[in-house]
Amino acid sequence: MPAAAPAVTFEDVARRYGAVAAVDGVSCRIEPGSFVALVGASGSGKSTLLKTVNRLVSPSAGRVLIDEQDVRDEPAPALRRRIGYVFQSIGLFPHWTVAENIGVGPRIARQAPADVARLLDMVDLPAGLAGRMPDELSGGQRQRVAIARALAPGARLLLLDEALGALDPVTRDALGRRLRALHDELALTTILVTHDMAEALLLATRVLVMKAGRIVADASPAELVNGGGGADAQALVRVPRDQAERLRELVG
Amino acid sequence: MSAFADALSRVPPLLAAHVLLSVAALALAVAIALPLAVWSARRPRVARVALGFASLVQTIPSLALLALFFPLLLSLQWLLPVSPLGFAPALFALTLYALLPLLRNGVAGLNGIDRGVGEAADAVGMTTWQKLALVEAPLAGPVAIAGLRTAATWTIGAATLSTTVGQASLGDLIFAGLQTQSWSLVLAGCLGAAVLALSVDAGIGLVERGLATRRRRLWLGASVALAAGLALATMPLWRQALRSGGERPVVVGAKNFAEQYILARLIGDRLERAGYRVEYRDGLGSAVIFGAVASGAVDVYVDYAGTIWTNEMRRTDVPDRLAMLRAIGDWTMRTKGVRMVGALGFENAYAFAMKEGEAQRLGIATLSDLAARSPTLRLGSDLEFLERPEWAAVRRAYRMRFAAATPYSPTFMYQALASGRVDVISAFSSDGRIAADRLRVLSDPERAIPGYDAMLLVAPARARDARFLRALAPLVGRVPVAAMRAANYRVDRAEAKETPKQAARWLAARVGL
Repeated sequence: MPAAAPAVTFEDVARRYGAVAAVDGVSCRIEPGSFVALVGASGSGKSTLLKTVNRLVSPSAGRVLIDEQDVRDEPAPALRRRIGYVFQSIGLFPHWTVAENIGVGPRIARQAPADVARLLDMVDLPAGLAGRMPDELSGGQRQRVAIARALAPGARLLLLDEALGALDPVTRDALGRRLRALHDELALTTILVTHDMAEALLLATRVLVMKAGRIVADASPAELVNGGGGADAQALVRVPRDQAERLRELVG
Repeated sequence: MSAFADALSRVPPLLAAHVLLSVAALALAVAIALPLAVWSARRPRVARVALGFASLVQTIPSLALLALFFPLLLSLQWLLPVSPLGFAPALFALTLYALLPLLRNGVAGLNGIDRGVGEAADAVGMTTWQKLALVEAPLAGPVAIAGLRTAATWTIGAATLSTTVGQASLGDLIFAGLQTQSWSLVLAGCLGAAVLALSVDAGIGLVERGLATRRRRLWLGASVALAAGLALATMPLWRQALRSGGERPVVVGAKNFAEQYILARLIGDRLERAGYRVEYRDGLGSAVIFGAVASGAVDVYVDYAGTIWTNEMRRTDVPDRLAMLRAIGDWTMRTKGVRMVGALGFENAYAFAMKEGEAQRLGIATLSDLAARSPTLRLGSDLEFLERPEWAAVRRAYRMRFAAATPYSPTFMYQALASGRVDVISAFSSDGRIAADRLRVLSDPERAIPGYDAMLLVAPARARDARFLRALAPLVGRVPVAAMRAANYRVDRAEAKETPKQAARWLAARVGL
């Protein structure tokens, strides 16, 4: 496990399904310690691009590097054990307790058992939940457990694929803040895939906008809020901004 | 009730064989189906082929599937040197039969796993094996085990049919009982199979529930109880194996009707008195049994001259009885090494029989008379007659065209005639019911039906065994048709039925053996 947060580099990455290019030649470098949001409409290729990092998707062309190492240089399981991955459908193992779910990474890698109490505390869950089964938890609690599971093997790279997408707005806001705090505390490199520009602006240090498999904007949240990043980015920024203005009008 | 108690006392050794066969077939089927199900869940094309094949197997009637393995194993002797009769064909047929529920439920269980869970297993870095062992197996387990329950029930039920390929099972009681109308035998066989199937189903059900509700004690306990129960049920086999020591027992074969059961016991008694240990393989089909004696799976049995003449030698001419016997003896020794020891002294020919009153009314005395009337008459036959060359020969000689022709098992054939459901039957000339039911046997002026002298056939391995042949020699020429008819009737009659063994003793005393 590297001591510092890793960098991720995409080099001309493309993924084609037949004639359709889900990802169409993406090159970009994600600096160590950055919190990058990949934003775009459904089908823009953002999830596919994310999954090339932990090889849930293999690129048709190009390559992905983590700290200048091609991700294909080692077997996929070994690679994935160093990368936290949290996704919308959560995917807790229904036949295992919360503690067993959280401990799976260290267990399959034959490392020392995970400190479940500490990991639960990191995601704001009481230690008493450790013995519960997943179907006894609320949606928000489940996603917190999934985050704890992703962090358990000591991952320094965290991939979030619409991780907050299925949660109610209150839970979503709280968990978003928690994720950002964890990113800072643990000095992670985080890539968040979302279709929600407001979420991206509030959590990320850098926002990449994807459209039809390409990156069409690359800007900081401040630049975007101030009208930068180009037309495609602004079309997405306009939505939360309009909502904010309409809310302000209501205050009257 | 004592007949039923007697029948029940025959259950334990047959139950043991039944359990051993079913468990072996299920274990083999699981060993094949599990990897195939995992492969199928990953490759839809494999799933289509595998499930298609398993479904195709299901469409073959189990009786036919069992019988098909006899010629198959016979032709594969160079590759797989196992006896084509008995355990091997039964095992393979039942294994194929059990594949469908195992495969279908295995694939359904694996495909039913939430996609997110599968993705999570990959994403946390599980290897293919870890994913299979830690996630897929436990989650697909309950559905797969439900498939095992179905397969177990089917297998235990279908195993009763393995009697027809010479494998001992609870079917022995059912088939023998049906042939001789001993309902207590049928009941004992069915009851044994049903109790076995229900207990195994309940046991696996408990394992299933224990796994689904994650109660370790429940599924472990149920597994242990199930294994212990099955092991206990096979005890008679181990005891027998230990007691018997080295020497292979003599296997006496019998086809599926009373006369054959009686003659098998008559032969068996003589061999036992000569110091041999004897086993019986009852209920073998005509097509299987000659191959069985040629391959050595059966050591000795009684067949009928005309059957070998037409079915095995493919002859259509009808010489006189002695010439025919001589020709058969030469042929079986030359081509198969099977020794025809001699004729027993009676014939069991196919004989068309009608109720006496009906025959008089219609003025039918010969097959020619019958042919003239045949478009208005219904024929009842045994299960194989309509497919046999004898029937073809009769039709060629007499131009018969019946209004209907229905095959029955022999017992029911006589009842069909008695109740007027059919007008004429393909009876057997040595059958005690011909005299008892006052049937008229029609004569065969064209001599279309060959002679059916009962004769002893001995497997190649015993063909030069002087002690063995000496034990059988007194039977030759010793059994007149009247004695055979009377013995048959003691088993076939509806009241005061005797077992084949009792009738064999009676027959031995009657002919002075």
